[in-house]
Amino acid sequence: MAGIVGYGAYIPRNRIKTEEIARQWGKDPEAISRGLLLREKSVPGLDEDTITISVSAARGALDRAGIDPSKIGALYVGSESHPYAVKPSGTIVSEVLGIAPEVHIADFEFACKAGTEAMFVALGLVESGRVEYAMGIGADTSQGAPNDALEFSASAGGAAFIFGEPNQLVEVVDTYSYTSDTPDFWRREGEFYPRHGGRFTGEPAYFKHVLSASREMLRKTGLKASDFRFAVFHMPNGKFPLSAGKQLGFTKEQLEVGWLVPTMGNTYSGSSPTGLAAVLDVADPDDLIFMTSFGSGAASDSFVFKATDLLPERRGLARTVRELMDRPKRYLTYGEYAKYREKIILNA
Amino acid sequence: MPSPRYWREVPSRYRLEAVRCRGCGKVSFPARRICPKCRGQDFEQIALSRRGNVVTSTVIHVPPDEFLNEAPYAVALVETPEGARLMTQVVDCDPDTVLPGMEVTLEFRLIRKEGHGGIRCYGHKGVPVA
Amino acid sequence: MREVAVVAAGMTRFGELWESSLRDLFAEAAAEALHNANADHVDDIFIGNMSGGQFVGQEHLGPLMADQLGMSGVSATRVESACASGGAALRQGFMAVASGMSDLVLATGVEKMTDGADVTNVLASAADQENEVYHGITFPGLYAMIARAYMEAHGATEEDLAWVAVKNHRHGAMNPKAQFRREIDVDDVLRSTMVASPLRMLHCSPVSDGAAAVLLCPLDQAAKYTDKPVKIIGSGMATGPMALADRDDPAVLDSVAKSAARAYEMAGVSPESVQVAEVHDCFSIAEVCCIEALGLACAGEGGQAARGGVTALGGRIPVNTSGGLKSKGHPVGATGVAQAIEIFEQLRGEAGDRQVDGARVGLTQNMGGSGASSVVHIFEGV
Repeated sequence: MAGIVGYGAYIPRNRIKTEEIARQWGKDPEAISRGLLLREKSVPGLDEDTITISVSAARGALDRAGIDPSKIGALYVGSESHPYAVKPSGTIVSEVLGIAPEVHIADFEFACKAGTEAMFVALGLVESGRVEYAMGIGADTSQGAPNDALEFSASAGGAAFIFGEPNQLVEVVDTYSYTSDTPDFWRREGEFYPRHGGRFTGEPAYFKHVLSASREMLRKTGLKASDFRFAVFHMPNGKFPLSAGKQLGFTKEQLEVGWLVPTMGNTYSGSSPTGLAAVLDVADPDDLIFMTSFGSGAASDSFVFKATDLLPERRGLARTVRELMDRPKRYLTYGEYAKYREKIILNA
Repeated sequence: MPSPRYWREVPSRYRLEAVRCRGCGKVSFPARRICPKCRGQDFEQIALSRRGNVVTSTVIHVPPDEFLNEAPYAVALVETPEGARLMTQVVDCDPDTVLPGMEVTLEFRLIRKEGHGGIRCYGHKGVPVA
Repeated sequence: MREVAVVAAGMTRFGELWESSLRDLFAEAAAEALHNANADHVDDIFIGNMSGGQFVGQEHLGPLMADQLGMSGVSATRVESACASGGAALRQGFMAVASGMSDLVLATGVEKMTDGADVTNVLASAADQENEVYHGITFPGLYAMIARAYMEAHGATEEDLAWVAVKNHRHGAMNPKAQFRREIDVDDVLRSTMVASPLRMLHCSPVSDGAAAVLLCPLDQAAKYTDKPVKIIGSGMATGPMALADRDDPAVLDSVAKSAARAYEMAGVSPESVQVAEVHDCFSIAEVCCIEALGLACAGEGGQAARGGVTALGGRIPVNTSGGLKSKGHPVGATGVAQAIEIFEQLRGEAGDRQVDGARVGLTQNMGGSGASSVVHIFEGV
């Protein structure tokens, strides 16, 4: 019933190459790159965080939607790197965009699926009729511990989606969520870096939830992989989403556009949302789009979308993911990266 | 930065809210109670466009403590289409390339924070138009 | 209005004076002035000080310093206009005597900057906190922007600016009270660390401790204290927009021109009559812009003045024979009064190696912040 009336994305311009991180820790850069299918990742500037990324992405969404911001009745920011432990990111985002004060705000967290979670709730609220428009944002500037596998992939970026009824750019055909309590990756209160269960994050965590959610989503809608033009999966590294897609019967062509991770890294709550934005930048009217996110802890949110005639008309009103990815980038040394990510102990 | 002092500036820092004097047309950013040109006190509320041109600039090499890790960084006077001028950092480029006339858009960024435990303070910075 | 004379002066050395506290500095300078005048009481004390509060946590300097002088009970107030605090204190003293309210006034300035405060942040409080400092600009940064705008408009170079520092060091090397008594050359300046481009370390005045004091009285009572009084014939003060963004042209210091015009008018003299001047060179570019605003150099020619010898000892209009803020030092609140002391000595023929022969009319210009306030005084030898 409701759908996406506007969307936007933002990825910072700084990058660090996989080989630079590998060199720092005495690892074989080729082996890492090949193993993870990862070449470089985005790094937020010292002046960027989940809030600033959310604002940039949301501005794109508002430009495409062409609606009065004050009509947005709910705004949800999903992240695992909210700048404050207590004080929502959403209040700042809503003040900047002129959405406040008549808006419901809540911050979401659920490892990497906090973005699709925010989208799910925003969608539901519009469908219930309680608000006219609602925005769900997934954005992150997550940390990977030094000399840990996740340091190669943890990156920064995000996407914002405004849900509403009239003038949809993308219809939401159906959703499905699959959840269990699985301690594959977590961060305790007060800890700076997260921890994870190594190989346990694969089969019992990522694949179990992504595949279960996706299979039921397909069964529920009566669709097969070949009915879709595009598919987007959560991208913790280059390999997992390709493997999940293959297991579900999707081809490389279907996965290609949304598969941003090799040059963007894992933007956590921004991962599948930015992949979705990249797809929307090129989808044709009536194209079916499949998306399944994954958040450690663990759960997957699955969505089936359908592009409308309005999409090609409106998407030129903001920067595309390709424009963001292809603009001039700044490559950092490990030392600069450590400074930007505040991994260096300062005399505070 | 004490909270009330920061909070009061949110309309100008977050939304670039300014005023235009109904008497003489001068745009003041941020808003003032008395027009600096004609001393009028009747204003209309406007918001500045999120773009402008650099009027003059410098590159800070010796920064204040709060900006230690960001140096060197460029700071510029940027003039918006409304004729307002504001001081702002210009980022996402080599600071030495920031020169008079450069076209920038104004993007929302973290400006400063009060150490590890204080509030985070946001605002806009110039980003060169590609 | 009565005619006002400067009858005595006293000043500490300027520099990193670890052994002296804020109150020690004040007492030393004030005591020297009182001793030179053979005076043992005053009617009023004005203390120019930018920020005792932020530098050493001490406000309420009026009663504190009167007490330190053993003169508790005397009317005493701190006067503040950022780096123009000293000039502003001098002006308050001038007005107190000229108006007939006081017959002997101690006009002083003092600053203690080296006790561990975050100097960058304290000095930045002279700029617009909410709209300039918030974004990470520093004091040198503001002047660097002014420099760039000036250089764009008039084609001046970093080297031209360097000559100002070189000239002032040459003068300061002859001043026993100066912080730096050694000469430098243009290469030294251009090789020094970049602070805020295009200004380098040696384009910038230093962080200093120091105090300066002068005694003012009506001209017709000056003989009680000295046989060589110097008249203050003009005093002008003006403000300008605080933020660079609010100025019509970032390269033009309106407050300086206005304060000078007011002083010239009161004195009944024109810029051409000025034979020696102390000008606020907190950064080299400041001297360049100020001499233009003061009418001592034509618009666009300020940049060439130091290089061309115009403003050096022996030139058409020697500027900063004391060494200026650059070489003599810049204990913020004290500077304006120290400038007056240099002119006082010049017009009494007591400037030694720094003497401008036959100087009869001198000028001081003291500026606050990035040029938001300016105080000009004009003096005449009697």
